Amino acid sequence: MELLTKEYKGANYISGPLIFVEGGKRFSYNAMVEVLLPNGEVRTGQVLEVSSEYACIEVLEQTAGLEVVQITVRLKEEVARLSVSRDMVGRVFNGRGEPIDGLPEVIAEKRMEITGTPINPVSRAKPNEFIQTGISSIDGNNTLVRGQKLPIFSGAGLPANELASQILRQSTVLGEETQFVVVFAAMGITQREASFFLRSFEDSGATGKAVCFLNLADDPTIERLLTPRFALTVAEYLAFERDYHVLVILTDMTNYCEALREISTAREEIPGRRGYPGYMYSDLASLYERAGRIKGKKGSITQIPILTMPDDDITHPIADLTGYITEGQIVLSRHLHHAGVYPPIDVLLCLSRLMNNGIGAGKTRKDHRQVVDQLYACYAHGRDLRRLIAIVGGEALSELDKKYLRFAEAFENGFIGQGDTNRTIEDTLNLAWRLLKMFPGSELHRINREVITEYFEEILEEAPSPYYKPEETMP
Amino acid sequence: MIRGKIIKISGPAVIAGGMTGAKMNDIVRVGNLGLIGEIIRLDRDTAFIQVYEDTSGLFVGELVESTDEPLVVELGPGLLGGIFDGIQRPLDEIEKQSGFWMARGLIVNRLGREKTWHFSPRVKKGDIIHEGDTLGEVKETGVFLHKIMVPPGVSGVVNEVKEGEFKVEDTVVSLEEGQQLSMMQKWPVRRPRPFRKKTPPEEPFITGQRVFDLLFPITLGGNAIVPGGFGTGKTVVEQTLAKYSNADILVYVGCGERGNEITDVLTEFPHLEDPKTGGPLMSRTILVVNTSNMPIAAREASIYTGITLAEYYRDMGFNVALMADSTSRWAEALREISSRLEEMPGEEGFPTYLATRLASFYERSGRVECLGEPDRRGSVTIVGAVSPPGGDFSEPVTQHSMRVSGAFWALDAHLAYRRHFPAINWHKSYTLYYQPMKDWYLKNVSPQWDNLRTQMLQIQQKDAELQEVVQLVGPDALQDAERLTLESARMLREGFLQQHAFSAVDASCSLNKQYKMLTAFILFYEKCKKEIEAGTPVTTLLRLPVREDISRLKEIPEERFDEHYARLEEGIKEVFENLHKPELTGVNDGTADKGI
Repeated sequence: MELLTKEYKGANYISGPLIFVEGGKRFSYNAMVEVLLPNGEVRTGQVLEVSSEYACIEVLEQTAGLEVVQITVRLKEEVARLSVSRDMVGRVFNGRGEPIDGLPEVIAEKRMEITGTPINPVSRAKPNEFIQTGISSIDGNNTLVRGQKLPIFSGAGLPANELASQILRQSTVLGEETQFVVVFAAMGITQREASFFLRSFEDSGATGKAVCFLNLADDPTIERLLTPRFALTVAEYLAFERDYHVLVILTDMTNYCEALREISTAREEIPGRRGYPGYMYSDLASLYERAGRIKGKKGSITQIPILTMPDDDITHPIADLTGYITEGQIVLSRHLHHAGVYPPIDVLLCLSRLMNNGIGAGKTRKDHRQVVDQLYACYAHGRDLRRLIAIVGGEALSELDKKYLRFAEAFENGFIGQGDTNRTIEDTLNLAWRLLKMFPGSELHRINREVITEYFEEILEEAPSPYYKPEETMP
Repeated sequence: MIRGKIIKISGPAVIAGGMTGAKMNDIVRVGNLGLIGEIIRLDRDTAFIQVYEDTSGLFVGELVESTDEPLVVELGPGLLGGIFDGIQRPLDEIEKQSGFWMARGLIVNRLGREKTWHFSPRVKKGDIIHEGDTLGEVKETGVFLHKIMVPPGVSGVVNEVKEGEFKVEDTVVSLEEGQQLSMMQKWPVRRPRPFRKKTPPEEPFITGQRVFDLLFPITLGGNAIVPGGFGTGKTVVEQTLAKYSNADILVYVGCGERGNEITDVLTEFPHLEDPKTGGPLMSRTILVVNTSNMPIAAREASIYTGITLAEYYRDMGFNVALMADSTSRWAEALREISSRLEEMPGEEGFPTYLATRLASFYERSGRVECLGEPDRRGSVTIVGAVSPPGGDFSEPVTQHSMRVSGAFWALDAHLAYRRHFPAINWHKSYTLYYQPMKDWYLKNVSPQWDNLRTQMLQIQQKDAELQEVVQLVGPDALQDAERLTLESARMLREGFLQQHAFSAVDASCSLNKQYKMLTAFILFYEKCKKEIEAGTPVTTLLRLPVREDISRLKEIPEERFDEHYARLEEGIKEVFENLHKPELTGVNDGTADKGI
């Protein structure tokens, strides 16, 4: 659908990724345009602002080599759309949605606007199906459910990609043969990271079930603003029109936000915190909120965005705003990573807001909530004591406090640090009980008496845990 | 009809020319799709418009048409149980028209036009009526009586009254002056609804949450802010208050928050039984929802829509609670529109009028004598969540809100990390309402209320001081009396202040239970203190099994509580009397629950 009628010759101002076209009032707001160079090269752009005097256009593939007189700008589409089709599963595209796997263009089943339309809140279904990832610190402490958006907050050099691919490999919904489709959007990641993911899709047999959009580190920066939108558009099509359960991995959101900042600066907007634009919250929300379930639809979109916290700072605007939008976060810890714990998940900083929907009797187990609250309380106390003995020494502690220290140790090494293994939720909860049995029942304030009696007895009969000596269990 | 043309489009901000005669804050329809917008600046014939819907695909030159009316809400029966977007369009009507994606430019009636209501008049021919007088009543949901009032500014002599089934637009009362009154009235959202006068606070806004009711209470008609970084539990606090507070009507404004959280409310509230009426909680709740991915201009309006709906029910003489989650997202919407208008920014890019806007919002709370006859009093209580970037309370939204709110419930990330919920930091939080309400508690709960509260605060204060010492020298270096304070403070934290929002028994706690629980904690503390003065080692006291019974008092359901407590109180006294007869006091052997 080419609308050749709307065409302008020449721009009057080029700055950074932006060109200003005088008299460009016949473009609509947010329209996609093509910029034609005299040598026949075609670049893509999007209208950011339009008035009766000019149109301001961002050029996805940078403005290098453009000059003001000889370029032609013409309207491609009034709003950005993507051709979607079931045949996209198993294919690899670049950040602008063009195939790069040597296969022909996708034949469209539908053209969809990439900005997406908000889901009517009353049409949403409550996400409540427990996804077992096989990782104790996620299943046990920060349970993921279908339709949730749960980001991984990583730091430079931490194994976020390994964790994401392990989740991908091990995820199942209990009592169901699942048909996952993975939609993978890479924004500004290196060739090495991209091939790690592609290889891990292959290893887990997910290649034929993945749609990949790759914008690598040396690809145009501005294109990154569109890449996740392409990916989510496909995801929405597959989930809500073709009944697939879609897992979307967006990596690395930090690069996306930096592209957003670049455009904002080029437009000479008033910067917010650390130079990021004031509307970054709304912009990120327009991506993250494209997850969930819809009443009467079989499919779902679960999102796992990955971001790198600059200098491991969780209050950095990228991590901060993400945390305000997503339904929890999985935070990786450099300290645990250095201590050789994998996955190095700092559970105290983690959260899953939809956890209560997916756990409890009939879903996981009835003691789940209380056990986890108790693990948190004990581990937090143990961590506090660690700081304390660093100052006053271990002798000043009571016997009970020493138990808390041993618990923290065992919890990190045995519960969190599970390596590349796959644990069922039963295993995870039983392990938790075995650890908690270091303490007398009266210390376990977060667990009701009935539950303690029921599970304390039950677990006692099982084989002792390798992480502590059984005689320590009773006061 | 005023018609102009678009001359510039930049995100939600649209500029239109040729708008001579248009008024500030008038609603306009923008472009061929008829998107809804509001005029927020006029420059001769040029109007600056904030558009409440996504502007993608608009062209310069498209038509802009003024409706010649400000942003109004429609008030009348049919609001309760409703779910509206930021400009009061019912979301289920939108769903009927456009499916699960929110289409743009839809025209839907804000109040259902087709449904009929039974109108029972309270006036008769010849009565002289004034603004605010009750014309009649309508059974809105369940047992709930909706008062149809004379709209502000209207008075006259009743000429004709009808009784029976009517639609909201049908005339039910006509005046000799010729005016026809229906069950529906309109009110511009940015203007507070009138009342006779504000009255001083009297009764507490009871939340069922120990940390609020006991330490940081607010009044009916008061306001509080709940600031906290992400994951500290703002939304859970807001939802818990919505579920268990003593307000008659709830208005819940989900302002720029998550879609799935609203789903939680929508799936849970219709099934929650309302302790007051026995019906579902949803039948006395109004939801105003503008999730983070819905257009930001409508997010800006949602707070005003919510407060106007709240004021309308207040005017009927009800106690209304407005939960705003989150006011920071509202402030951000204000900032975004301000920056598109190229206004000079203040602190952190927020417009300089942020403080004024916040103040005028919070001032719309209060307890009032309503207009009209019969005499009635109503209140609007506001609890506003604040989401400070990076959890840093020095940022402008928190600071400006603090200056105008009567209570500050500070959420603490460190408490949240260890799953101490509600994660209210008892050192940073404060309330200005306790003193004026003290007598209410002494009269209605117990004459001991104030003493107990003071003792609890003292233990916590002492604990804070001791913690600093412990960090330097370790707990071993402390005296027995100090160890007791540390342990008592810990008991209070874990056994009293922590309250699980999803627990079947403990999610809400009556004032009676709160009072008795605290009595037990303080009784134990006082007894131990005496023993320590008499030379009993603290370790012996801390091993007493009765201590665990006190800590687990919150697990006892309300209906068994009084009886259980009476036995426990006897038990505590007995334990201490028999303390020096060793054969009668075993240490805790894990079977502590037998006997008591």
